[in-house]
Amino acid sequence: MRIRLRVWRQRGPDVPGKFEVYELEDVSPDWSFLEMLDVLNLRLVREGKEPIAFESDCREGICGTCGFMINGRAHGPLKGTTVCQLHMRHFSDGETITVEPFRARAFPVIRDLVVDRSALDAIMQEGGYISTNVGSAPDANSIPVSRWAASRAFDFATCIGCGACVAACPNGSASLFLGAKVSHLMLLPQGGPERKRRIRKMLIAMEALGFGGCSNTYACEAECPKEISVEAIARMYREAWRAMFSHSEE
Amino acid sequence: MAGAGWETGSALWEEAREPLTNNKIPPGALPDKWTHYKNTVPLVSPANKRKFTVIVVGTGLAGASAAATLAQLGYQVVVFTYHDSPRRAHSIAAQGGINAAKNYQNDGDSVWRLFYDTIKGGDFRAREANVYRLAEISPQIIDYCVAIGVPFAREYGGLLANRSFGGVLVQRTFYARGQTGQQLLLGAYSQLMRWVHAGQVRLYPRHEMLDVVMIDGHARGVIVRDLRTGEIRRFAAHAVILATGGYGNIYFLSTNAKMSNATAIWRAYRRGAYFGNPSFVQVHPTAIPQASHYQSKLTLMSESLRNDGRIWVPKKKGDTRPPEEIPPEERWYFLEEWYPAYGNLVPRDIGARAIKKVCDMGYGLPPTGRAVYLDLRDAVERLGRETIEARYGNLFDMYERITGERPPDVPLRIYPAVHYTMGGLWVDYELMTTIPGLYALGEANFSDHGANRLGASALMQGLSDGYFIIPYTIGAYLSQFLREPLPDTEHRAFREAEEQVRARLEKLKSVGGKTPPDEFHMRLGKILWDYVGISRNAEGLKKALSEIRALRDEFWRDVRVLGDVQDFNQELEKANRISDFLELAELMTIDALHREESCGCHFREEYQTEEGEPLRRDDLFAYVAAWEYQGEGKPPRLHKEPLEFEAVKPTVRSYK
Ligand SMILES: Cc1cc2nc3c(=O)[nH]c(=O)nc-3n(C[C@H](O)[C@H](O)[C@H](O)COP(=O)(O)OP(=O)(O)OC[C@H]3O[C@@H](n4cnc5c(N)ncnc54)[C@H](O)[C@@H]3O)c2cc1C
Ligand code: SF4
Ligand code: FES
Repeated sequence: MRIRLRVWRQRGPDVPGKFEVYELEDVSPDWSFLEMLDVLNLRLVREGKEPIAFESDCREGICGTCGFMINGRAHGPLKGTTVCQLHMRHFSDGETITVEPFRARAFPVIRDLVVDRSALDAIMQEGGYISTNVGSAPDANSIPVSRWAASRAFDFATCIGCGACVAACPNGSASLFLGAKVSHLMLLPQGGPERKRRIRKMLIAMEALGFGGCSNTYACEAECPKEISVEAIARMYREAWRAMFSHSEE
Repeated sequence: MAGAGWETGSALWEEAREPLTNNKIPPGALPDKWTHYKNTVPLVSPANKRKFTVIVVGTGLAGASAAATLAQLGYQVVVFTYHDSPRRAHSIAAQGGINAAKNYQNDGDSVWRLFYDTIKGGDFRAREANVYRLAEISPQIIDYCVAIGVPFAREYGGLLANRSFGGVLVQRTFYARGQTGQQLLLGAYSQLMRWVHAGQVRLYPRHEMLDVVMIDGHARGVIVRDLRTGEIRRFAAHAVILATGGYGNIYFLSTNAKMSNATAIWRAYRRGAYFGNPSFVQVHPTAIPQASHYQSKLTLMSESLRNDGRIWVPKKKGDTRPPEEIPPEERWYFLEEWYPAYGNLVPRDIGARAIKKVCDMGYGLPPTGRAVYLDLRDAVERLGRETIEARYGNLFDMYERITGERPPDVPLRIYPAVHYTMGGLWVDYELMTTIPGLYALGEANFSDHGANRLGASALMQGLSDGYFIIPYTIGAYLSQFLREPLPDTEHRAFREAEEQVRARLEKLKSVGGKTPPDEFHMRLGKILWDYVGISRNAEGLKKALSEIRALRDEFWRDVRVLGDVQDFNQELEKANRISDFLELAELMTIDALHREESCGCHFREEYQTEEGEPLRRDDLFAYVAAWEYQGEGKPPRLHKEPLEFEAVKPTVRSYK
């Protein structure tokens, strides 16, 4: 296959960037998108040119390290798929493909396609956990959890923290990310005791970190590689209302 | 005996006179050792814990769980990871599950059986006391993980579900669909975040540790490089924990995450930490075969598929009919034929070798001849499509994304791939390396799996090390330093270590050759896969040694590293890691050469029975090989830690 790549090159957060164009001749349809970039980078290094900076690790769609915009879509055109799992067979011969970093106020560009997503960790620090110490846990089977609840909790817990939802959202909101975590924990009995505190603190943090609010465009759900449902956001708001109208200790 | 040099006349290794016996195994009967240890280990008071700083390198299962638990106890914890977030460590990719001796299924499981299966699975090359402790701790791991919200699979009644895994006859594996590692890691990560928020952990993502700093023979800090800016920084502590994962990526193509590397443990080795059994590398039987030359990694298909899947090849060599047109009587279920008792559930090393063997015999699937079928169609008939989809649906999705075909209607094509390193830094019962104050946890150490790891036991080991062992054992060391202030990072040792790190990076940059670092990595991987892979022989290993050395020379003459040392620079990161791989590869090869027996993953063709089964030589090799660095260009020194089996009798591992 022949592919023409337009790639965003930017040296640092405060430096302006621009598109560079690269022509690739013998692209195999069996390569993943990242393997195509690997091959291009080998070529660039041999030519003495700076390779394109992008990140990846597991290359099986589970770690959330990879991620950028392909033709304006987070992780590219294929539903439920990260860029590392996207294969060239989904593009056509002769196609021009535009590649840009995730763009969001909360995600400054580090270099080329690499952005800083540490704001997602900062949200998690505010309450994305159950405060139970090692050593104090009861027997794992002492609290039955319905198969349905465990399975729903799992669905929300599969978020890989890639930030595609933020990049896809016109407001740069992390609502799907946050909603997924809150939903995972609230569906389990173990997550109950901290519910109110958790949602309050995490919502405040999201705003403070420069993420926008949700205006129901559903762009996040459409681009989420783990196909996390916007039901997570609805649950999160219900949870927030509950917390707001409650005067209990927490 | 010392390793004879076959071409230079100089020895490849030399051997220590005294056996290595200081492994700190507590006295008493096997089931009482850990209890005895916990009852007698010196404790550090809460007031004193606050005065101790502990560095944890790595935030995989082992590192994140250790850091969170030490913080919970009141230590000041400083954490580094080269990832942009601690949530992304390689542990995230583990699919199948985690073992625990809960016996929830009432199928006869017990701590003893888990212990025995692990020792036997490791082909009697692991320490009894460590393995017993691991089995003993395993139930607590599940309790804790459930308490912090890990959504394990459950039965309709609301209790936890289990499955079985290769190499065992009971159902003791807990799982969260095919994403168990993800859920366990996110659990440990959530606890880490909790303690970061509490101010008890200082977290440095995008920081790569490049050296251990030693003062008066003790580990007292690290040198790290800030990967965003290239700045080289010094950090001091009273103790340092390496939980930096395995080095399977040395083969270039493996199931490991792309950034996994050996730099942390290799630099520790160069500072004096012994390296245990470096050649013990697990090849997993069921990965998706390589499809193209530029393929960057191999994707694992979880071993759990072997519970319901049957492995076969067409009886007719080179049969090009599609699998559904080959009737059952024309299929060769070679594992079921060769190993009737365990069938498709034989341990990984045996499975991988059998698959390679049928392919070597010419039965591999066209067009490459390097693949066999893993077929779930019988299971669909027996259990229904819904059940099979529920169990493996996400694996089928993954397979489809990569290959364009969706099981279970078509069988999967699989081939073995490098997966896990049983070898790693040598540690004693307290998980301390031979450098006082330096610990190694998780896959980074050599401890529990002997010559072959059973499925679903790495997650168990990482969390056992981090949540339940290190919090006790580190006190034994720190309690000796109650009045010791935090070392000054202006100390000469820090300055020198920083200088050495900087010099090495500058040197890489200044080679100014033509070839990108990755190309050296691919070539190194090929050498290792061919000669230090599934099966090994003396001739091949010697050939590997000279090829590795030649490649290393070429690397230092011809590598091209663009960009600056003092800047974000991914090429420099890679080149630096590859430079360490090129050194470690030599030690792996020497270790494989010196071990003149077959055990577990280490199959030496010279040592096999008439039926082609591995021939272990307990009279000569029932020991851990712990290698000591002797300096640049000098042969490493071999220390032998004898393995004494009191509770079990080493037998010929039979899965027939
Ligand atoms: C595809 C796959 C599936 C698997 N499935 C299973 C399974 O089902 N069950 C099972 O029990 N096991 C499984 N395993 C094995 C298991 O996942 C690993 O052995 C285990 O997760 C290793 O955990 P760890 O904490 O030791 O290291 P890792 O998870 O590899 O973490 C290493 C950490 O160290 C950091 N690090 C490394 N070097 C440095 C440095 N120099 N400076 C700073 N930071 C550094 C990294 O950033 C990372 O945070 C699987 C492995 C693979 C590859
Ligand atoms: S919700 Fe989906 S898109 Fe957003 S971070 Fe999680 S996995 Fe990525
Ligand atoms: S590299 Fe891990 S999700 Fe893509």
